[in-house]
Amino acid sequence: MQIIGLEPGEATPSLEMAPVHKVQLVKYAGASGDFNLIHTDAETARAAGLGDVIAHGMLSMGFLGRYLTELAGPENVRRLGVKFQAMVRLGDVLTCRGIVKARTPLADGRTLLTLEIWAENQRGEKVTTGEGDVWVSPA
Amino acid sequence: MPLDHSLIGATSGATAFVVEQGAIARFADAIGDPNPVYRRGDVAPPTFPTTFRVAVPGLADIDPARFIHGNEEYTYQRPIRAGDVLTCRRRIAELFVKEGRLGRMVFVISIIEGHDPDGALVFAGKSTVIVHGEGE
Repeated sequence: MQIIGLEPGEATPSLEMAPVHKVQLVKYAGASGDFNLIHTDAETARAAGLGDVIAHGMLSMGFLGRYLTELAGPENVRRLGVKFQAMVRLGDVLTCRGIVKARTPLADGRTLLTLEIWAENQRGEKVTTGEGDVWVSPA
Repeated sequence: MPLDHSLIGATSGATAFVVEQGAIARFADAIGDPNPVYRRGDVAPPTFPTTFRVAVPGLADIDPARFIHGNEEYTYQRPIRAGDVLTCRRRIAELFVKEGRLGRMVFVISIIEGHDPDGALVFAGKSTVIVHGEGE
């Protein structure tokens, strides 16, 4: 993706994730060390009034981390901040989107792009919102 | 330990984490990130610092079912790589109480920092956890 030419207010290319799957939540629990059972055990989730398991909020943040990486490259992600707004459930398909908020030229020729980013579900509801800073370099 | 303003400034002990290639690769697989440098486990995805589990001072004995993770923000001095040894500490930066839908809600804002063996800061994370059901 080529984002260096984008001006404030312009959108970054969107990125659709695979549907959230129960195996993914089990893998994420193991890989992250977050063993809160509301994410992997339906009985626990029901007892907590959630109906069924909900995805880890940090998984949707992980999706946005992937988004910044695909936009700017792994060496160029400087900041990623999010607010968890709504629950993500099994089968939800999240799409990451962004808008350029600011361009800050740096002394070394690079530009720091500040992006407003979010993950929305298949109903267009923003489930995780935030900001990212990435470095972009002239081609 | 009471969950009140006396916790502001409380700091965890230092924990050293060795960043393992296999742990990075499993994390990248779990979040579904196809980037080959992550899948090989060479470089850690941006949210990998969540694996550095350092308990928030004063919250260790509270049932996690009472926590809501509100916000998270990471800043990076450089990417984290396999083989890094990061010494992490977490401190409580802010704490405030609101009365809300769930009764008394305590907002605990903590900051984790990871330093390399030379003492250079590698990443910082700012986390807001809302603790509800206080006193029930």
